[in-house]
Amino acid sequence: MRHVISLLLENESGALSRVSGLFSARGYNIESLTVAPTEDASLSRMTIVTSGSDDIIEQITKQLNKLIDVVKVVDISEAAHIERELMLVKVRATGKDREEMKRMADIFRGRIIDVSESSYVIELTGTQDKLDSFVGAIDSALILETVRSGVCGVGRGDRVLKI
Amino acid sequence: MYLPLLPEGLVSFLGAAMVLTGAEIVIRCLQEEKVEYVFGYPGGAVLFLYDELSKQDIVRHVLVRHEQAAVHAADGYARSTDKVGVALVTSGPGVTNAVTGIATAYCDSIPMVIISGQVPTAAIGQDAFQEVDTVGITRPCVKHNFLVKDVRDIASTIKKAFFIAKTGRPGPVLVDIPKDVSAHKCEYEYPKTVALRSYNPIVKGHQGQIRKALGLLLEARRPMIYAGGGVVLADASEKLTKLTRMLGFPITNTLMGLGGHPATDRQNLGMLGMHGTIEANMGMHYCDVLLAIGARFDDRVIGNPAHFQSEPRKIIHIDIDPSSISKRVKVDVPIVGNLSDVLDDMIKMLESMSERPAPSQIEPWWKQIEEWRSRESLKYKNSTEVLKPQFVVETLWKVTKGDAFVASDVGQHQMWAAQYYKFDKPRRWINSGGLGTMGFGLPAAMGVQLAHPGSPVAVITGEGSIQMCIQELSTCKQYRLPIKILSLNNRYLGMVRQWQQFFHGNRYSESYMDSLPDFAKLAEAYGHVGLRVEKPGDVEGAIREAFSRKNDLVFLDFQVDPTENVFPMVQGGKGLTDMILSSEDL
Ligand SMILES: Cc1cc2nc3c(=O)[nH]c(=O)nc-3n(C[C@H](O)[C@H](O)[C@H](O)COP(=O)(O)OP(=O)(O)OC[C@H]3O[C@@H](n4cnc5c(N)ncnc54)[C@H](O)[C@@H]3O)c2cc1C
Ligand SMILES: Cc1ncc(C[n+]2csc(CCOP(=O)(O)OP(=O)(O)O)c2C)c(N)n1
Ligand SMILES: [Mg+2]
Repeated sequence: MRHVISLLLENESGALSRVSGLFSARGYNIESLTVAPTEDASLSRMTIVTSGSDDIIEQITKQLNKLIDVVKVVDISEAAHIERELMLVKVRATGKDREEMKRMADIFRGRIIDVSESSYVIELTGTQDKLDSFVGAIDSALILETVRSGVCGVGRGDRVLKI
Repeated sequence: MYLPLLPEGLVSFLGAAMVLTGAEIVIRCLQEEKVEYVFGYPGGAVLFLYDELSKQDIVRHVLVRHEQAAVHAADGYARSTDKVGVALVTSGPGVTNAVTGIATAYCDSIPMVIISGQVPTAAIGQDAFQEVDTVGITRPCVKHNFLVKDVRDIASTIKKAFFIAKTGRPGPVLVDIPKDVSAHKCEYEYPKTVALRSYNPIVKGHQGQIRKALGLLLEARRPMIYAGGGVVLADASEKLTKLTRMLGFPITNTLMGLGGHPATDRQNLGMLGMHGTIEANMGMHYCDVLLAIGARFDDRVIGNPAHFQSEPRKIIHIDIDPSSISKRVKVDVPIVGNLSDVLDDMIKMLESMSERPAPSQIEPWWKQIEEWRSRESLKYKNSTEVLKPQFVVETLWKVTKGDAFVASDVGQHQMWAAQYYKFDKPRRWINSGGLGTMGFGLPAAMGVQLAHPGSPVAVITGEGSIQMCIQELSTCKQYRLPIKILSLNNRYLGMVRQWQQFFHGNRYSESYMDSLPDFAKLAEAYGHVGLRVEKPGDVEGAIREAFSRKNDLVFLDFQVDPTENVFPMVQGGKGLTDMILSSEDL
């Protein structure tokens, strides 16, 4: 099962490698991992998308909690939550493809944020699924580059991850 | 001249904080932590620290002959006391040599602080001389580590290091200090308290869970107590014994838990697991309620987890580390907390209840256990001609009246030590269980002997293991450590040979060591006493002689039967009930 785990950790050098090292040492999956400082500069927030049986997910949260730099761990996918990911896609946009690319970006509510004679950069935000479908919907031969941020997530309503 | 530590009153009277160098601060901090011994080895990156060490005599330094031994010695010191062991090593090769020792301590949850030198901050990342990424290399085998980049952080970091090492599930903590940081100066004050928002180990167990556990225990027909190293680490053995007596249940100890409940007690079924007794393994497998206390269901203990779980039983598990619970085996009643507190609560709750398990309720179970016990799975054929290793250990037990500190290395001799030396007290059995580090025994015994001057300290080793840290004979001479080394010399890497005999068609690939030294002479060359013992009739005399030499290290080189095997044995991946009891079962 796919899980989205959010953590608050000390914003210290090495904290990220403790988390990523834990996943590789214990053979846990990482589908994506994003991290950045929060409004409290001493804390970073990380979102990890992982998968595994219930037992493995239980071990993952326990092992993460054990890391001294980790302040809080929540499996946000256990309840209603929102996920978003950002993608930038550079596509070839010449001739008739130019119009077609613009149309596809509009359908997916993407924005064209860079234009050259032969290419566009399209910015798209959404769930992993939505980004996947966009990539699936355009002609793969026209994709020059894709870059994805990995998933960010937050619980819905009153559920707050804070110290 | 270095000022000795000022009395607290005087410091506050003087008011102003002192300005000290990083190196001075490190030594002050160690004094504040009441560190008696630092085990270490000097080098460029720690020269300022060594300079300060020499200017005071509160913290004593023990100069080992290899950094691995420094960490094992600090480890032995910690295991035999309830204190934190301390080691000091230089950057680069000093650290890499120490890694085996750090991993050994980590696997057995031993509280330790390792201070390592690092190249100067400006040189970090430049592939400087003797630079390694110490924090990176040690990260997977420490409870936590720090790189101190500012002299003002030294005191608070060392305070945190000791706090983290000894609280919760204990473990080694490394503090890496660049050379320039140890030379910089700042105002010094040792913090009185530590607060870590991200680290708050749970102490008290959940009362509802404890009540639930007692409910299960009182109803049990085939109960079993399975107690591990956590009991020793928590200094909770008296409480464990009290609870065990109140309940009247059978108990078994893991290799790490030996001494947690007296081995000579009737309720104790001995060690369980790969080389456990029939009664312990069968009891573990066929019980209906299992009370697991500070034990982590290791693969050497339960064998194949699927086979273990094929028998229905309720499991109660007390552990301070939530990740130890339901890791390999699903648990019914988890209790997270410090054993000492949880056992207190259990005892109190039990005392306040009128109910007690009726002896009749578990009588048939005890009968079954006694039947298993009557098969005497630890019986071996002694001989008047060939020296049996088991006999050497039994004689050691007899001569020391079961009261020595026994450190061991890794191999068959380790298992015989665990099986035939009946430990009645905790912290007497010093061995590497989790990592299984050959070379651990002798240096660990040095730490034990320094912590307990005047007490008998023995090392049970093999001719393979002892050679992995044999250079420490020199350290023992320098510090006059009268350790007794009992080498069960079978001319084989015996544990490897046993597996090759059982599972690899008797092909003894590289498990025989040719050209062994004359160990007695080698010991003599280091300035000690060495004796070679070949006949069973000479064993007791030799051991008595060794222990009567109060001031000498004595190396006893026992020429034991090279073909002897450790029984019972559960083959890796098999179920606990599937025991090989003797060569005839092969
Ligand atoms: C050659 C060889 C053969 C071996 N054969 C066997 C064998 O036959 N049988 C055997 O048992 N082992 C054997 N071992 C050892 C085995 O590998 C493990 O090291 C050992 O079984 C683990 O012991 P333990 O479960 O008691 O856990 P430990 O490693 O001692 O762990 C202690 C547990 O207690 C918890 N704890 C610590 N402090 C506290 C506290 N204050 N409060 C609450 N909980 C706490 C910890 O979180 C941890 O879960 C062998 C090793 C070697 C090298
Ligand atoms: C550092 C290290 N290397 C290899 C091993 C694998 N190993 C386990 S037991 C053993 C043999 C030990 O031989 P010896 O010390 O003579 O003890 P014996 O088994 O003969 O009693 C070996 C090689 C180990 N545990 N540790
Ligand atoms: Mg041997």
